[in-house]
Amino acid sequence: MPIVKLNINQQTYELDVLPWVSLLDAIRERLLLTGTKKGCDHGQCGACTVICDDKRILSCMTLAVMKNGAAITTIEGIAEGDELHPLQKAFIEHDAFQCGYCTPGQICSAIGLLTEGKAKTREEVKELMSGNLCRCGANANIIDAIMEVKEGGSREQF
Amino acid sequence: MNNFDYQQAASIADGIQLVSTNNKAAFVAGGTNLIDLWKYRLMEPELLVDLNQVKEHHSIEEKEDGSVRLGAFVSNADTAYHPIIEKRYPLLSKAILAGASAQIRNMASNGGNLLQRTRCYYFYDPNVPCNKRTPGSGCSAIDGYNRIHAILGASDNCIAVFPSDMCVALAALDAVVNTSGTDGERSIPFSEFHRLPGDMPEQDNNLRHGEIITSIDLPEKGFSGNYSYLKLRDRHSYAFALVSVATGLELSGDIITDARIALGGLAHKPWRINEAELFLKGKQANAESFAGAAEILLQGAKGFKYNSFKIELAKRAIIRNGLMALHPEQQLPGARPSA
Repeated sequence: MPIVKLNINQQTYELDVLPWVSLLDAIRERLLLTGTKKGCDHGQCGACTVICDDKRILSCMTLAVMKNGAAITTIEGIAEGDELHPLQKAFIEHDAFQCGYCTPGQICSAIGLLTEGKAKTREEVKELMSGNLCRCGANANIIDAIMEVKEGGSREQF
Repeated sequence: MNNFDYQQAASIADGIQLVSTNNKAAFVAGGTNLIDLWKYRLMEPELLVDLNQVKEHHSIEEKEDGSVRLGAFVSNADTAYHPIIEKRYPLLSKAILAGASAQIRNMASNGGNLLQRTRCYYFYDPNVPCNKRTPGSGCSAIDGYNRIHAILGASDNCIAVFPSDMCVALAALDAVVNTSGTDGERSIPFSEFHRLPGDMPEQDNNLRHGEIITSIDLPEKGFSGNYSYLKLRDRHSYAFALVSVATGLELSGDIITDARIALGGLAHKPWRINEAELFLKGKQANAESFAGAAEILLQGAKGFKYNSFKIELAKRAIIRNGLMALHPEQQLPGARPSA
């Protein structure tokens, strides 16, 4: 079985995984980091979004063996001890979820969005967050939360 | 899903060797379509050969003849946001950013974008006939719910459409696909890369088994002054096109001196008709001229029970996008209608 070395949330793991195990399944089933969600498992919902080498990706659409040596951040790795990440705080403040299932993917995706620095306007933030579906319909509040972190406050109509 | 072996190709030659000697082997780069096809059992590879460790073809470079070479293993996102592409080929940049989602664009490779398979829902459903999935079994879309299907270039065997946005712009830009295989290297004009379904709908393109797309060349002319990509779909973002249009214009005053128009969402490949572009040369850049080009582009269009609306929608989109190309600075996120 291939040995895969993954740095996840700044901790190095060596896993023997079969070739067909997705990065998502390795994270959830082998490392028991279940914050990352398996929504559709087909690249359509964004719930499995993680940050891989500073880029947001879908962990369901890649294999663990393809990410040998990569540095990955999941939702469990973004707070500093008990101090929540600014996006986590903003999501709470803006009531940016109901059921919360899509939230880990939304927040990891938003971190990627802010790192990429391509979204200038609210319209562009909406466009660049479209890969993360929220079936509760909290999108307006999600965009509010991201806009607040991006530029320190915005409560426009969606 | 089936089990498979996995190997990393150390070089292009290594990759060709590994895949060409095993007819159940496949290449993987971004994986965003392949992993999904495997989960649906539409692909059952014995061996996946990962191309990401190949040292070459990971960059975007300007060449001495004025063209630009896109490495096949550069991601769609890195291509769209590359300063050379934003400056010289903004039509390509806009088309890429109208497709998929930010996460998928970060993963998907340029070579893989050309090799996407159709999103026809009958292709994904193993319980119904599909000539593309199971040759000779029939087409469920022709008499089925065919709202998303082809109106141009289809056959009695298949009315599936090719889903890429990036490729619509590459077609308009006269890109060239460079490949490497057991028979050496080939440079394939973009219009000859993808196929119409004919009686072999299972074959999407002319790439051979074991042949690798190594790069894509963009000729010097990028239409960066007047361009537009318009994508019409059932939701504003993260959906495949019902109709899309890539337009590039060169103008002298308000007279068109050169034009390119490519259509997406309508056929088994990006749709271009040279006569429509010749028709526009020397004409004023206005709705009437674009309407004339639209009639030529849609000649022979055939609608089915649920997709006849695409014929008129495509004509209107061509006119609208021609006018949008006069004001490229007004392009909206997601390639929505502007101007």
